[in-house]
Amino acid sequence: MARRAADSNGLMRLLASGRFRWLWLLVCLLGLFAFFAAWNPTAVLSTYNVRNIIGDASTLLIVAVGVTFVVATAGIDLSLGAVLIFCQVIAAKTMIAVGGSGWDATLAGTAAALLAGIAWGTLNGVMVARLRIPPLIATLGTLGMAGGTALLITNGINVRTGIPDELTLVIGAGRLFNLLPYTSVVAIVVVAAAVFALNYTRFGLHVLGIGSNEVAVERTGVNVASVKIRVYALSGACAGLGAVVDLARFSTTAVGAYSTLSLEAIAAAVIGGTSLFGGVASIIGAVIGVFIPAVLRNGFVILGVSSFWQQIAVGIILVTAVYIDQRRR
Amino acid sequence: MTAPALKARGIVKRYGHIEALRGVDFQVDHGEVVALIGDNGAGKSTLSKILVGAIEPTEGTIEFEGGPVVFKGPADARRHGLEIVYQDLALAPHLEPAENFYLGREIYRGGALGRWLGLLDRATMRRRAIEAMRTLNVNLKDERGRISELSGGQQQGVAVARAAFWASSVLFLDEPTAALGVRQRSGVHDMIKKVQQNGLGIVLISHDLPEVMDVADRIHVLRRGETAKIYERGETDTMGLVAAITGAH
Ligand SMILES: Nc1ncnc2c1ncn2[C@@H]1O[C@H](COP(=O)(O)OP(=O)(O)O)[C@@H](O)[C@H]1O
Ligand SMILES: [Mg+2]
Repeated sequence: MARRAADSNGLMRLLASGRFRWLWLLVCLLGLFAFFAAWNPTAVLSTYNVRNIIGDASTLLIVAVGVTFVVATAGIDLSLGAVLIFCQVIAAKTMIAVGGSGWDATLAGTAAALLAGIAWGTLNGVMVARLRIPPLIATLGTLGMAGGTALLITNGINVRTGIPDELTLVIGAGRLFNLLPYTSVVAIVVVAAAVFALNYTRFGLHVLGIGSNEVAVERTGVNVASVKIRVYALSGACAGLGAVVDLARFSTTAVGAYSTLSLEAIAAAVIGGTSLFGGVASIIGAVIGVFIPAVLRNGFVILGVSSFWQQIAVGIILVTAVYIDQRRR
Repeated sequence: MTAPALKARGIVKRYGHIEALRGVDFQVDHGEVVALIGDNGAGKSTLSKILVGAIEPTEGTIEFEGGPVVFKGPADARRHGLEIVYQDLALAPHLEPAENFYLGREIYRGGALGRWLGLLDRATMRRRAIEAMRTLNVNLKDERGRISELSGGQQQGVAVARAAFWASSVLFLDEPTAALGVRQRSGVHDMIKKVQQNGLGIVLISHDLPEVMDVADRIHVLRRGETAKIYERGETDTMGLVAAITGAH
C-alpha cells in the first residue's frame, strides 16, 4: 500500500519535472488536431490528409532532430537551409555522373549528400569549438558559403532530370505496407536513433552536460571541442539526409527554397522543450514541435483560413515556449 | 617513514609581470588535513591548480609518493588519485548527481557493442554514486533529481562526495564552505573528517579561521605568493593566523 503510494508520488513528480513535458505537448497536438477534425472530419481525418501531413514533415523532422543536439549544447545552427540545398545539388550531380538511374546511382548520391552535409557541419563545429567564433556567426557564414556555392554550381537553375526513378518513384512516392511513406520511415529511424543517442549514450550525456555547464565538463577531462564538432557534423549530416528525402519527394532540387529551414527546425526543438540555453533537450518534443505548426497549416488550409495566420500562430507559440523555458530557469 | 603523498618545491607562477607564486614549498601527507590560507590574491587557488595539473608552474618541481612527476593536464593528475573541488562549483546543474559523478568516467553495459556505442549503465552509476554519497552523509530526498533542484549545501555535498569518491591520494577543496550556512558547514566538516580517516590527504582552502583551526593538522599561510608561516595543530590561535595573513608582526 505504502509502496504504491510512493510509486504514484514518484509518477506525479516525474510528470511535473519537465522530463515528460512532451506528454503535455502531445495532448496539445492531439487537441489541435481534434479541433480541426471537429470542423471538417471527412477532410481532416481522411487517410490521404493524415498521410500528407506526416509525409510532408519528413524533411523537417530529420533536420529538427539534428539541430536539437546543437541547441542542447547551447549552440545554434543557422546554416541548414543552404546546406540542405548544397547537399541536394551534390546528390543530383553525383547521381547524374553515375548514370542517372538505378540503385547504385541512388546510393552514390545519398552518400555524397551525407558527406557534403558532414563536411559543412564539421566546418561549423571547427569554427565554433576551435576558432571560438560564436555559433550564430559561424553558421550564418556557412549559410552564405553553402548557399552561394550551390548557386554557382547550378547557375541558380534547379536540377530536374537525371534523378533515378528508384529514388523518386520507389522511395519518394512509395509506402511501407502501402501505408506509411518511405520518407517517413526514414524519419522515424532517425528519430529512434536520436532518442537512443541523446538519452542512453555517453555522447548524449556529454551533449547535455556541455549545454548545462561547459566548464564543468571540460574539467572532467571530456574533450568538449570534439563533442561539439561531432554535434555540428551530426546536424549537417541530418541536413544531407533531409536533402535526399526532399529530392525523393519532389524529383527536383530546391534551389531558392528552404530559406527558413534552420529557423523552423530550431523552433520545433524549442517548442518541444529543448532549452536555447542548453542542458535540456527532447527528441520526441522536437517531433511534436514539427507537427504542431504542420497541423496548424493543414487545418487552416482545410478551413479556408489564410495560411498567413499559421505563421502568426506559430510565432506566438514559439515565443510562449521560450518564455516558459526562461521562467523555468 | 613513507614519502608524503604530494610535495612541491620552489613553485613559481608568473602571469606576465604578475608573480602569483614566488617559490613556494608545499607538502601534504596521507590522512592529513592541510589548510591553505591567505588573503585574496595570495596565490592559494593558483597553487592548488598547479598541484592538480590544471595549470603549469613557471618553475618548480612536484613529487608524488616520493617520485618526481610532471602532470600533463588535470586528467593525468586524476589518474594519480588527485581530485579537486573548485571554488566555483563544477557540477552540471541539469544533470543528476550520478551523472555528475561519472561525467567523463562513464560505466557502460552491453559488452563490446555497448562500449562502442557508449551505452550508459545508469543503474550501476546511480547505485555507486548514491552509496558513496550516503557514506558521507549526503542524504538527498530525490537522488535522481537534477543538481539545480538541490540546496547550495547539498550541491556542495555532492561535489565533495564526487571528488572524494575518485580521489585515492589527495583531495583539494577550494573554499568549500564559503557560500554555506552554519549547519551546512558542519556537514562539510564531518565529510572532511571521514575522508581523512580513509587515509586521503586533504588540502583545505578557507577563509574561515575557526573552521581551519578545528579541522586542520597543519596550517600553511601564503602571503603575496610566498609562504608566510606554517603552523602545526595547536601552535597558534586566530590572532596569530590573522597576523601571519596580513603580515603584521
Ligand atoms: N589567469 C591569470 N592571469 C593573470 N593573473 C592571475 C591569473 N590567475 C591568478 N592571477 C593572479 O595571481 C594572484 C593569485 O591569485 P589566486 O591564486 O587566485 O589567489 P587566491 O586564490 O589566494 O585568492 C592574484 O594576484 C591574481 O590576480
Ligand atoms: Mg581563490
